[in-house]
Amino acid sequence: MTGPADAALLAAVAIGSVRGSAALGAARWPRRSPGAAILLWQALGLAGGLAAVGALMEIGVPPGAASVANGVTRVASSAASGRLFTTGQSALPVFLRLISLVMGLALLAQLCSVLVASSAMVIRARRRQRALLALLARGDPKAPGALVVDYPAAAAYCLPGLRSRIVVSVGALDLLRPAELAAVLAHERAHLRERHDLVVLPFTALRRAFGWSRICADAHQSVALLIEMLADDRALRARPARALAGALARFGTAGCTENAPAGALAVSGAAHEGEMAARVTRIMTPAPPLAYAVRLSIVCAATVIVVVPVAVLLLPN
Amino acid sequence: MDVLWGTGASLTVREVSAQLTERDLAHTTVMTVLDRLAKKGFARRERDGRAWRYRPSATREAYVTELMLTALEQTGDRSAALARFAKSVSGAEASVLRGALEEIEGSGGG
Repeated sequence: MTGPADAALLAAVAIGSVRGSAALGAARWPRRSPGAAILLWQALGLAGGLAAVGALMEIGVPPGAASVANGVTRVASSAASGRLFTTGQSALPVFLRLISLVMGLALLAQLCSVLVASSAMVIRARRRQRALLALLARGDPKAPGALVVDYPAAAAYCLPGLRSRIVVSVGALDLLRPAELAAVLAHERAHLRERHDLVVLPFTALRRAFGWSRICADAHQSVALLIEMLADDRALRARPARALAGALARFGTAGCTENAPAGALAVSGAAHEGEMAARVTRIMTPAPPLAYAVRLSIVCAATVIVVVPVAVLLLPN
Repeated sequence: MDVLWGTGASLTVREVSAQLTERDLAHTTVMTVLDRLAKKGFARRERDGRAWRYRPSATREAYVTELMLTALEQTGDRSAALARFAKSVSGAEASVLRGALEEIEGSGGG
């Protein structure tokens, strides 16, 4: 049934995933079960991209094509033999169909290329960080498993990858109590162990590609915050809540005197405001996670959201 | 690299080796390390007769600043390369955090 029915279904999935993203971004429950919410974000992003590309291409391929791939091949071969405007009869003029097909292919190419470009940039930046750390950082018994850099402002971060690193500044060592530092290291180890960077990367790429899109910016911001909350939860398995919340509060308030130019925060927007406070509040007065059945249905919903456009695009008619 | 940073002038491989007396390194080892530093852009080298002289491309502080700026960047692309523990905040949120900190310290002295 390649053609109008499929195109309509895919367009509905694309619009639905945009609507769903807006609802998910505004919802409160993701903070209770960040893992399930991240899965849903991934499903919405993947389904939205696939469906948008698919809908444009379904409109574009000639009627009677067995599949989108088959349709593209037929259009390409008729174009190659110079019979593009004589093949088939269609309700839509051939010209409009071609525009739709080209737009679909262009969108697909853009999505793939920003992902590749973002990954390449991240790999380059990490390589530079590693080279600099090899020159500048040292080990310190106060922070086992981490690299220490002589820098007065408080900073703690991890460098994900195959040769991952956790880095803390001397400023952070001075700022934190031993229990708090241990909680910070547990949080960073969770990031590295579960490769959270790979989760955030596609959303960063999407935001870079469609900077004008409010949805893409919100999605990236939500996922970035949920990833931090997930790592907080992991750290809390082994470390007391007071230590982690204390470290967060100290970091947040130490920064506002030493760095944090006002402009940088203003640019990030109002929704950014309150992320740190939200994390601290969440650690100190935790809401119970969603019930198992609810989380299970979120996983099922995420699966269906992705399977529908894939099935429409791949299954023979 | 610390040897290069320690002296203002440019040094030959032999001079660097001489300063690394506590670590009995072969001349070729030092040469390889310096060559690698030059290839990565951390050191610049110039011909001096038959030997190469090496000097740092930038101060240690400049590299620390570069490293930490990436880490502390509030927004931007490069911050995607790494994951930061916390962001600094201002205004109303900072006072919320201060309140939380007082509460945490009051409840048992952490």
